[in-house]
Amino acid sequence: MAVLNFVEAVRETLRQEMRRDRDVWVVGEDVGKKGGVFGATLGLFDEFGGERVQDSPLTESAIVGVGIGAALYGTKPVCEIQFADFIFPAFNQIISEAAKMRYRSNSAWTVPMVIRAPFGGGVHGGLYHSQSVEQYFTNTAGLKVVVPSTPYDVKGLLAAAVRDPDPVLFFEHKGLYRAIKGEVPESDYVIPIGKADMKRDGSDITVITYGKTVHFCLEAAAQLEKEGYSALVLDLRTLLPLDREAIVTAARKTGKVLIVHEAGKTHGIGAEVSAIIAEECLFDLDAPVQRLCGPDVPAMPYAGPMEKFFMLSPEKCLEAMRNLARF
Amino acid sequence: MTANTQARHEALGLSREQLLEMFSYMLLTRRVDERLWLLQRGGKIPFVISPQGAEAAQVGAAYAFRRDHDWFTPYYRDLGINLVAGVTPREIMLGAFARSDCPASGGKQMPSHWGNRPHNVLSGSSPVTTQLLHAVGIGQAARMRGDDVVVYTCCGEGSSNQGDFHEALNWAGVHKLPVIFLIQNNQYAISVPLEKQVAGGSVANRGQGYGMPGIEVDGTDVLAVYEAFRAAHERARRGEGPTLIEAKCIRITSHSSDDDQRRYRDPAELEALKAKDPLVKARGYLLEHGLIDEAGLEAMEKKIMAMIDEATEFAEAQPYAKPEFALTHVYAPEQREG
Repeated sequence: MAVLNFVEAVRETLRQEMRRDRDVWVVGEDVGKKGGVFGATLGLFDEFGGERVQDSPLTESAIVGVGIGAALYGTKPVCEIQFADFIFPAFNQIISEAAKMRYRSNSAWTVPMVIRAPFGGGVHGGLYHSQSVEQYFTNTAGLKVVVPSTPYDVKGLLAAAVRDPDPVLFFEHKGLYRAIKGEVPESDYVIPIGKADMKRDGSDITVITYGKTVHFCLEAAAQLEKEGYSALVLDLRTLLPLDREAIVTAARKTGKVLIVHEAGKTHGIGAEVSAIIAEECLFDLDAPVQRLCGPDVPAMPYAGPMEKFFMLSPEKCLEAMRNLARF
Repeated sequence: MTANTQARHEALGLSREQLLEMFSYMLLTRRVDERLWLLQRGGKIPFVISPQGAEAAQVGAAYAFRRDHDWFTPYYRDLGINLVAGVTPREIMLGAFARSDCPASGGKQMPSHWGNRPHNVLSGSSPVTTQLLHAVGIGQAARMRGDDVVVYTCCGEGSSNQGDFHEALNWAGVHKLPVIFLIQNNQYAISVPLEKQVAGGSVANRGQGYGMPGIEVDGTDVLAVYEAFRAAHERARRGEGPTLIEAKCIRITSHSSDDDQRRYRDPAELEALKAKDPLVKARGYLLEHGLIDEAGLEAMEKKIMAMIDEATEFAEAQPYAKPEFALTHVYAPEQREG
C-alpha cells in the first residue's frame, strides 16, 4: 500500500490503465514532456511516447472533438482540459455530440471517453482558474459526472471511468492535488460510478457534499463531536447519475440535512439533492433542508480577502452544521 | 484513339461501366431527393434538405474511397455520399419517414442526419462542422492502430467559418492525418451569399494556412471532382497528410423545405442554374462520347424510378418505434460484476 497525494493517484491510475490497455491514450495541452501543468501526466511521456501521451494544439473543442472521433473508432482517449474554466469552447462537442451519440444512433455508435479537468478555487486563480463547472453538465443525460475527494477514490473511480462504455467527465478539485494524501492500494480495483460513499457515520445531522468540501465537513464533524453532536457525512462522488438510494437513506437516518458545495447555490447540485429528499422522505425530516454553497456571483475574485470570503471553510461548515444540529 | 485525344474518363482509368455507374448514382441521388420533396409537399413527411446541384461533387468524391473500409463523417446534404457508401434507398426512405427500422436513428433524428455503422458512415448532428473533428479523431485513432484508413468529411462554405473547421484542419495538418476535407460551396449559407460569408472569397486558400493543399474544383463536373479526390486519397495513403478540396457547386433547391429562396435570389440567377446542372453536364458527356444512347438512359431512369417506388412503399408501410423507445439507449446497459 502506497501513500499518494491526490494528483499522484491520478497519474498512477493513468499509468496503470495505459499499461493494461494499449488503446488507452492521453491527450491535452502540455500533457507530454512537461507532464501537465499540475503534473498529472508526469513521466507518462517517457514511458508511453508522444503518440499515446499527446500534446494537443491549444484548442479545447478539438481536444474533445478529436477524442470523440478516436473513441468512435474504438480507442479510449483520456482528454485533459487544463482548467475546467476552459472547457466551454468544447461545450458543444460534449453536449451535442458525446452525450447524444449513443442515444441518437441507438448504440450503433458510442463514445467511451474520459474528460479530466481540474476545477475549484482557493488557489489564487481568480475568475478563470477557480470555477466549479459540474452543474453545467449534470443536466445532460448521456454524460456521467464524477468528482472524487480522496486519493483512494481517485484511483477506483478513474479506473472505472476509463473502462466505462460512456463519456465520463472527471472533475478534480485542484485544491486537493497536493493537500490530501492517503493510502492507495497498488492492486487493480474499481469503484462503481453512481455510488455515493458515507465518509463518516453519525446520528444527529446528515451532511451531503462532494469534492474538496468533503474534507471541510469531516474536519467540522470532528469538532462538532466535541460539542456533543454526531454528524453523518455522505460523499456523493458521482453527480450524474446521483445515488438516490444513498441520499434518501442518509437523510432518513438523521432527519436533518445540510448540503454543501463550493459551486453557486442557484440551480446547483444541492437543489436536485434537496428535491430528491422532498420527493422521497419529506415526512422523515425534522428540519428544513439547508444549503451551504458558494455565493451567486459570476466567479471567484482574485484578491486574497475576497477569495477567502467566497470560499467555504471548515469554520463555515461547522457553523452551518451546528445551527442545524441545534434546530 | 491516340493518347492526347483520349476521353477524360479514360485518362482517369475509369471504364465505361464505372462511369455509367457513377452517373446512375448521381441520377439516383437526384430522383430520391425529388421524391422526398413530393412526399414533403404532399404532407407525408415533415422535412427535406437537399443535395440538388451537388450530385457530381458527392458521387465524384465518394468514388475515390473504398466502400466498407474507409470512413465517412458526412454533412446533411450528403445523400450521394451515403448511396455510394452502400446505404440503400430503402434505408434513406426509412429515415425520411422516421420509421423504427431507420438504421441512422430509428426515428429519433430528423431526416438527413445520417449514420450507418456497417458502412462506416458516422452518425451526425445538426450543429454544423462538429463532424470535421470526429473525422480527425478517426484518422488519429486509425493511425495509432496502424490501419490503412482514409476519412471523408464535409461541410458547406458557411461552416468553414466555424471554429471547429479551423481546429480540425490545424490538427490534421500538424499530425499529417489521412483526412480529406470537402467543402461543398453552393454559394449560399441559407440566404447569406458567399461574399458575406467568406473573406477573400476562397475556402481552398485556407488550406495553405494549415499546411495542406487547398484545391478548388468545379463541383458540377464529376470527373474533375473524382480526379481531385483520387489524388488526395493517394496522398493520404502515402502518409503525406490531409487535403482540403473546395468544390464549387450550385444550389438548385431552397436551403430546405422550410425555406423559399425566391425571397433572396434573383429569378435570372435561378434560371441560369439550369445550364450548370451537374446531371445535364454528365448526361451530355455520356452521349457525346457514345457511352450510352437515349434508350439506355431511359432504361436507367426506369430502373431507378422502380427502385424508388419500391423503397417509398416499403418505408411508408413500416411502423414507428413505440413511444417509449424515446427512453432507450441513454447509457450502456448496466454491467454486472462477475
